[in-house]
Amino acid sequence: MSVLQALDIGLALLVFAVAAWTIFAPGAFSATVGYVVYGLLLSLVWIRLFAVDVALTEAAIGSGVTGVLLIGAAARLREAKTAGDEKSLSGLPRLLIAGLCTLVALALAAVALLFPDQGPSLAPQSMRRLPETGLGNPVTAVLIAYRAFDTMLEKVVLVLAVVGVWSLAADRYWGGAPGEARLARPEPTLAFLAQVLAPLGVLVGIHIFWVGADEPGGAFQGGAILAAMWMIAMMARLTEAPRTSAFWLRLALVAGPLVFLIAGVAGAIFAGSFFAYPPGFAKPVILFIETFMVLSIAVALPMLVAGPPRREPPR
Amino acid sequence: MTSATLAGLVGAALVGLGLYGLIATPEPLRKILAFNVMGSGVFLVFGIVARKGAAAGLPSDPVPQAMVITGIVVAFAASALAVALVLRLFGETSRATLSPDGGTKPPGGGADAE
Amino acid sequence: MSLVIDLFGVAAIGAGVFFFVAGAAGLLRFPDALSRLHALTKADNLGLGLIVLGLLPRSTSPLAALKLIAIWALVLLAGATTAQLVGRAVRRKGSAA
Repeated sequence: MSVLQALDIGLALLVFAVAAWTIFAPGAFSATVGYVVYGLLLSLVWIRLFAVDVALTEAAIGSGVTGVLLIGAAARLREAKTAGDEKSLSGLPRLLIAGLCTLVALALAAVALLFPDQGPSLAPQSMRRLPETGLGNPVTAVLIAYRAFDTMLEKVVLVLAVVGVWSLAADRYWGGAPGEARLARPEPTLAFLAQVLAPLGVLVGIHIFWVGADEPGGAFQGGAILAAMWMIAMMARLTEAPRTSAFWLRLALVAGPLVFLIAGVAGAIFAGSFFAYPPGFAKPVILFIETFMVLSIAVALPMLVAGPPRREPPR
Repeated sequence: MTSATLAGLVGAALVGLGLYGLIATPEPLRKILAFNVMGSGVFLVFGIVARKGAAAGLPSDPVPQAMVITGIVVAFAASALAVALVLRLFGETSRATLSPDGGTKPPGGGADAE
Repeated sequence: MSLVIDLFGVAAIGAGVFFFVAGAAGLLRFPDALSRLHALTKADNLGLGLIVLGLLPRSTSPLAALKLIAIWALVLLAGATTAQLVGRAVRRKGSAA
């Protein structure tokens, strides 16, 4: 057994064990912390599958931003009734559910085992037209060039989620700001972290977005890092969450999908069909679209974590 | 057994675990956690489809990778909306439970198999 | 010459792994939250630092070596901040962890 095989088996067992801890842990907070650890280990599994862009996204969004969201929720729900008050399932339905879930898992395991080692693939088609897009990273090409419509709709889903979260505010808070107000003296430790880390993080985020055209990286990963820097500044109370009725906030949220849609329609006018890029001009258009995508993602993710408005808007 | 098949098996086990947690745990926040575990298991099954589609000089098919990236972002958006709903429910009723009577019944009889 | 580099790398990485194991053992075995925090910060600073030190001779370019050191510095920053915050929370609320 080679070292890599031992690593794979150890990693698989560890991922399964931490996931089982997340499901069966005694308290909600411990389960949430277990989920963050599980997400980071999962990034390692993605590296072993040679999908580096996915590993970056899983670490940044799947484990990082989702972890912030869930830990915040678990901390606020700690004052809720404990699990002991909940009416939990008795023995026989629980066994039945466990049996059915095992059947589902076995069916998927059969798929995993029976999948041919050289399965159907769209890689040749992706690589064939790659030079025309001017990109070096095929995953970015799939996201922004070949399947641009899907990615635009995904940005629209983010905007819809923000609208959904904002609509959960009480009527009198509509248009107000989420979270607590800015302190006169911000939290010292977190302020130190924010002041040292944020400039560096913005640089790293823009770099990962820019370099995603040719190497692993891209708009989602870079945008998530920028979002995290804004979230740290908000958590340190160095800056407060903006009012949800602020025009610049709403414009920044919508800018990504809007620019994307305009580019698609312009493609119909200038290059022959919806979302076609003009030949020889594809890379500038792609980078232009991605810039606004990064802006929208960097604004949407913190708004989703901050939650619905909880302060009255100023009259 | 290649690393891709092993990852696929882990993904299948995670889907089973997550589905069990989603159905059998009463607290809404832990249902959201279990849903996320199940989602990442599904993405791992996508991952072996990508890895076993290695061709044309690429170690992994880019199209399933793009779909997984999209899926991770959409799963986060769904989790954010679900968490906002749970917190609003908690704010309104000061208890976080999905049972219609507010979960005030005494702990149900029968073995709690944890 | 490359033998010396390899030996140095193995020794440094081995020492780093030892500190990580010690940190994990401390996390599991120490009685209260503050001493567990103490064990964890050793793993962060020394363990990761020694591993980075062992990887530096094997890096492909000076830029890659700088990136490794930057990663260690960022982990130090994050670890120090988190340790401060956890320690303050523990002291304020008693050892409820």
